[in-house]
Amino acid sequence: MSEQMSPERMSPETQTTFPRHVRHGSNSGQPVSRRDGRLKVTGAATYAADNHPEGLLHAVIATSTIARGRVRSLDVEAAKAHPGVVEVITPANRMPLHHDPNEKMPPFGFRVEVLQDDTVRYVNQPIAVVVAETLEAATEGVRLLAPRYEEEDARTGLDNGLRHEAQSVGVGAPGTVSFGDLDAGLKGAARVTEGDYSTPPQYHNAMEPHAVVAEWDGDTVTIDMPNQALRMSAASYAAYFGIPAENVLIRSPFLGGGFGSKAILNGPQILGILAARQLGRPVKLVLTRAQMYGPVGHRGRTWQKLRLGTGDDGKLTALHHHSIGATSSFDDFVEPAANASLMLYESPAIRVEHEGLRLDIGTPGPMRAPGEASGSASLEIAMDEAAEACGMDPLAFRLANYAETQPGTGKPFSSKALRECYEQGAAAFGWAGRPLEAGTMRDENGFLVGWGMGTAVFPCPQFPAEARATLRADGTALVETGGADMGQGAWTALAQLAAESLGLDLDKVEFHSGRSDLPDGGVAGGSGHTASAGQALSNAGGDVIARLTELATGDPDSPLFGAGNIGVVAAEGRLHRRDDETRSQSYADILARAGQKELVGTGKSGRDPASAEAFAMHSHGAVFAEVKIDPNLMQVRVSRLVGAFAAGRIINPKLVRSQYYGGMIWGISFALQEEAVADRRTGRIMNADLAEYHVPVNADVPRMEAILVPEEDPRVSPLGIKGVGEIGVTGTVGAIANAVWHATGIRVRNYPIRIEDLLRRR
Amino acid sequence: MSLSISLAINGRQHDVALNDPRVTLLDLLRERLDLPGTKKGCDRGQCGACTVLVDGRRINSCLALAASMDGAEITTIEGLAEGDELHPVQAAFIEHDAFQCGYCTPGQIMSAVGLIKEGMAGDDPERVRELMSGNICRCGAYQGITEAVLEAGRKAAENAQPQTGNPDTGKDAA
Amino acid sequence: MKPFDYIRPATLAEAVTEAARPGSAYLAGGTNMLDLMKVGAAAPERLVDITRLPGLDAVEWLPDGGVRIGALVRNSDLAYDARFAASFPMVAEALLSGASAQLRNAATVGGNLMQRTRCAYFQDPASACNRRESGSGCDARDGENRMHAVLGFTEHCIAVHASDFCVPLVALGAEVEVESSDGKRTIPIDELHLLPGDTPQMETALRRGELITGVKLPAGAAAFSGHARYLKLRERTSYAFAVVSAAAALQIEDGRIAEARIALGGVAAKPWRAAEAEASLVGIEPSQPAFARAGEIALASAHPSGANAFKIELARRIVTRVLTRALEGTPERMPALPGSPFAARPDKTSGVAHV
Ligand SMILES: Cc1cc2nc3c(=O)[nH]c(=O)nc-3n(C[C@H](O)[C@H](O)[C@H](O)COP(=O)(O)OP(=O)(O)OC[C@H]3O[C@@H](n4cnc5c(N)ncnc54)[C@H](O)[C@@H]3O)c2cc1C
Ligand code: SF4
Ligand code: FES
Ligand code: FES
Repeated sequence: MSEQMSPERMSPETQTTFPRHVRHGSNSGQPVSRRDGRLKVTGAATYAADNHPEGLLHAVIATSTIARGRVRSLDVEAAKAHPGVVEVITPANRMPLHHDPNEKMPPFGFRVEVLQDDTVRYVNQPIAVVVAETLEAATEGVRLLAPRYEEEDARTGLDNGLRHEAQSVGVGAPGTVSFGDLDAGLKGAARVTEGDYSTPPQYHNAMEPHAVVAEWDGDTVTIDMPNQALRMSAASYAAYFGIPAENVLIRSPFLGGGFGSKAILNGPQILGILAARQLGRPVKLVLTRAQMYGPVGHRGRTWQKLRLGTGDDGKLTALHHHSIGATSSFDDFVEPAANASLMLYESPAIRVEHEGLRLDIGTPGPMRAPGEASGSASLEIAMDEAAEACGMDPLAFRLANYAETQPGTGKPFSSKALRECYEQGAAAFGWAGRPLEAGTMRDENGFLVGWGMGTAVFPCPQFPAEARATLRADGTALVETGGADMGQGAWTALAQLAAESLGLDLDKVEFHSGRSDLPDGGVAGGSGHTASAGQALSNAGGDVIARLTELATGDPDSPLFGAGNIGVVAAEGRLHRRDDETRSQSYADILARAGQKELVGTGKSGRDPASAEAFAMHSHGAVFAEVKIDPNLMQVRVSRLVGAFAAGRIINPKLVRSQYYGGMIWGISFALQEEAVADRRTGRIMNADLAEYHVPVNADVPRMEAILVPEEDPRVSPLGIKGVGEIGVTGTVGAIANAVWHATGIRVRNYPIRIEDLLRRR
Repeated sequence: MSLSISLAINGRQHDVALNDPRVTLLDLLRERLDLPGTKKGCDRGQCGACTVLVDGRRINSCLALAASMDGAEITTIEGLAEGDELHPVQAAFIEHDAFQCGYCTPGQIMSAVGLIKEGMAGDDPERVRELMSGNICRCGAYQGITEAVLEAGRKAAENAQPQTGNPDTGKDAA
Repeated sequence: MKPFDYIRPATLAEAVTEAARPGSAYLAGGTNMLDLMKVGAAAPERLVDITRLPGLDAVEWLPDGGVRIGALVRNSDLAYDARFAASFPMVAEALLSGASAQLRNAATVGGNLMQRTRCAYFQDPASACNRRESGSGCDARDGENRMHAVLGFTEHCIAVHASDFCVPLVALGAEVEVESSDGKRTIPIDELHLLPGDTPQMETALRRGELITGVKLPAGAAAFSGHARYLKLRERTSYAFAVVSAAAALQIEDGRIAEARIALGGVAAKPWRAAEAEASLVGIEPSQPAFARAGEIALASAHPSGANAFKIELARRIVTRVLTRALEGTPERMPALPGSPFAARPDKTSGVAHV
């Protein structure tokens, strides 16, 4: 595998990445190419739906075309008469489950629809499963069911949904938070800027549709499925089927993207497993693209209101962020959008509030930067409007309101190199030359040009995780954790961390992951997987080295005899005396002399509660965007994007850049393209596909730059790793919207920004 | 109705008795011929994940009936590398980190191979972006993809004029 | 997908006979036909695969300077045919602005002409659609209709025809050659696609079983090659259907417009030739006000069919702009982003030659 960098990508900061961390013999901190690269470019990487066990049946779910009511009839006979169809599973004959699907499955499980009855609560809800010998037959079987419904009026918008105060938002965050005296802050303000903003429903649309291949053997089941939380899911599936957790093996070596949609249990995948059990044969069930618009979560629509009071000095006196988030009629996930205002800017008074709006839609869920994306998309426009009102440069305005401690609580940040992000991003972008006024820049072809910026922020959680490292007689190691790689590069970055802790070259380390029978790798979400599983792996490696040291230093014939624990350095497969590095012994030798075939170490991780209590922990960044807009036709194109991010220790800059780029592209998508459009009457999403539900194509993406701003943070975890997967979305959305304003003088407060928004007012 | 078709896939002849004319080329490869490297992202020509070469041209295999491909020569991602030696496009994809989750990657790579054969992009990043726009990457690996395609395109162009490479192997001297 | 019989006739005579039977449909590249069958918007009993019919895959130059394009010529092959692209640059540009490279490699000339509307309600069997099922109603009318027609629609159907290729073809007065067991005939392309009236299910002038064998561009059409552009507004830079699009071609003599051709896409159930707007330009000196007036005239009878009034204004502006571009002259090379407003200043090192 080639690990060379092309000259073009060899930017200066790549060459000099954090030398402090690059210990002798360590791969950590280096831009190593993906270890799973060869598998992925040859088509040999196995995704769930690529599995084809002997005797496989194909299952296709039938989904409702109405949003609310009940299924009156299904033509099961017609479906069954179709050649190849083996069985039609409906509420009438589906085998019982051991957990009531109308009850949440702790810790994060939502209520799911698995044919428990004939009610329909949203469009694309599963209403039957057709199982057949071929995919073609199962698909046609579904059509032949020709469902008839008793339909009730669909609640599809603000005018007919049920509004309610949201006690909790996101995954257990409080719905209302208030600091200081908001009214006083607004009254005392020199000026108040105020606006209504909205964000549309968005769907994760990972390129790999949700899939499951399930094969039962008595009371045990092997499940191939893309999964961001292996152990947790295995336990949940076990609970649904009334079997011990260890009877469930989930294999998820590669996910074709997740973005949050593969972290939470959903009905269709349970149905696939159920079908296999009910029919006693292995079953493959893959969602169609259209079916991904409903039962597998989405980013809920929001309606937000922001009020910002500012003083004559350009400092915030009050910040009020109110958000209504659409949720389903039967579950409670409300997009924690307004909470974005708790993280970024200093203000003596802050209030964030959420309401939920019950609609006949599938339950929303976390989608890449849940809350932060939608909330900062609005907040960053509002900040720009306030800057404009104050006659200030948007960056200067943000600096004037820089939060030195966590807004409201005054807690110190574990680390915060945001100022450096602003500086380095602005310098790379050339922000200093920006005219304050809108609509003044044109390029050589006559296009309107606009520059905008936004602040990026994302929390950096660390989840409980476990790992195991086994040093083998030949001096190589096997390291294992049940983690998930949905593209962030776990196969590489986690192996790098393990190699570092073991003092081994990367190619001496065999890394196993993506199975639920490995040590619990925790949840791959919240941008916390590398920090969590990585720390566990690192600790496991440390455990191995400690044991090895014990063997060597206690062995009178070892050159290390008597050196004691602190007197040893592990590097390149050898232990060296710290006081005299020429005296060393190879791992293989130590094991051989001790008569051991292998040496096993284990490690755990989890955030130190004291640290979590004492510090606010976030990754930060600043994004600068340039857009070009045709002056008459108003088509927008992002022409430049520069992001500077500080996210603690960087394990592999090559992978991290890719994460930032990906996030920034999601920002383009959010700002200018994505929106699921539902028919107001039926609730049916009329662009439930990839042709009309637009996400960026290659031609939408300009040359981007992602600057890795160095940051050391021993408080987030011993390794000092924050998170990089989601932060790129935040900041970028607002930066683009602000650039559009700067090009045109038109403030669009509803995403996505469309041609007609800009046309109408010119 | 039953049809018998014959296809050359990755250089190997396949005689297929097709019991169902509804089978697409994509499902034939994935579900019946044990070639799951080609991916399904939309099944409607809207994403490019299923891109394969048919008689040297890139197409979406989800919108091609297997029956209609009778007699065709098909190249899939599984047939690109020669033994252990990766195709230059594959190698460039790894080097430029042109993927994350890897799900769109077989389609991207087959599309890139087709693009380079078509010879319409030259060394122009904008043309590469446009002509790779039939392959959606939700992870957003586009920057790496563009760089990888440009690099592989340059190598192919050099190889077409062997004086710049090693005359013995015809491979790039670098 | 409903089961069907698959037939691959070896001769044209066989094909048209098979296709004349009720329930038959032609299969060419399949990029539209198969898609519609998958979503259940089309359910033929018999697919007549025409891809192996001999003699339909050539671009033939006629002695008079016109050209005959076989119905099975693939969209990409036509766009990259050097002589064709040089003679009819805006047709090549329109082709390359459509779909994706993969789809263009599969899509045929005949299939592109015959592609069905992209109206989401048409594609959704759970919705009422007069076009798909005569007399069932039109759910688009009070539904999501930002992208629907602003010209030539009726209460029975407000859909648009989505083809890019057809737009310059209609501007250049192409003719469609068709054949059936009853013989051959030629249909001016402007008469191929039908406005909905009260029979939106009648989409084209083709009779049952009739096969498009080719498309002819008249000799005179190449006279526009120096001043011919296609412009397409999209909601992303590529791989998207037009919000609106327009083709314009001019012949300039002694500083005056001797002949003008204008057609619009994405505005009606057919590619929309703006004959009056063309006439308004003939004999005058090209100027921005004249182009703007042409835009006004082209959209004079337009009105919104739903939440799409913006398309009218946009269409006016795109006419003005595409005329401006045409006047500037056809670029030497195909722009890197064909049809895009951002296709300014093509470089000269790559891409298919225009001249
Ligand atoms: C994702 C996507 C994006 C697209 N984007 C665009 C775009 O931006 N611009 C654009 O213009 N198009 C676009 N298209 C449409 C594409 O151009 C058409 O699908 C294609 O041109 C159809 O050609 P085909 O040969 O595949 O036809 P088929 O799918 O085989 O046939 C289409 C129809 O034509 C009939 N037919 C085919 N050949 C003949 C013939 N010779 N005589 C009579 N009837 C015939 C068939 O019976 C069928 O009804 C897009 C398609 C997809 C899937
Ligand atoms: S606009 Fe036409 S195609 Fe669309 S639903 Fe109405 S009748 Fe059908
Ligand atoms: S699967 Fe064929 S284009 Fe998406
Ligand atoms: S790498 Fe994940 S979709 Fe492209």
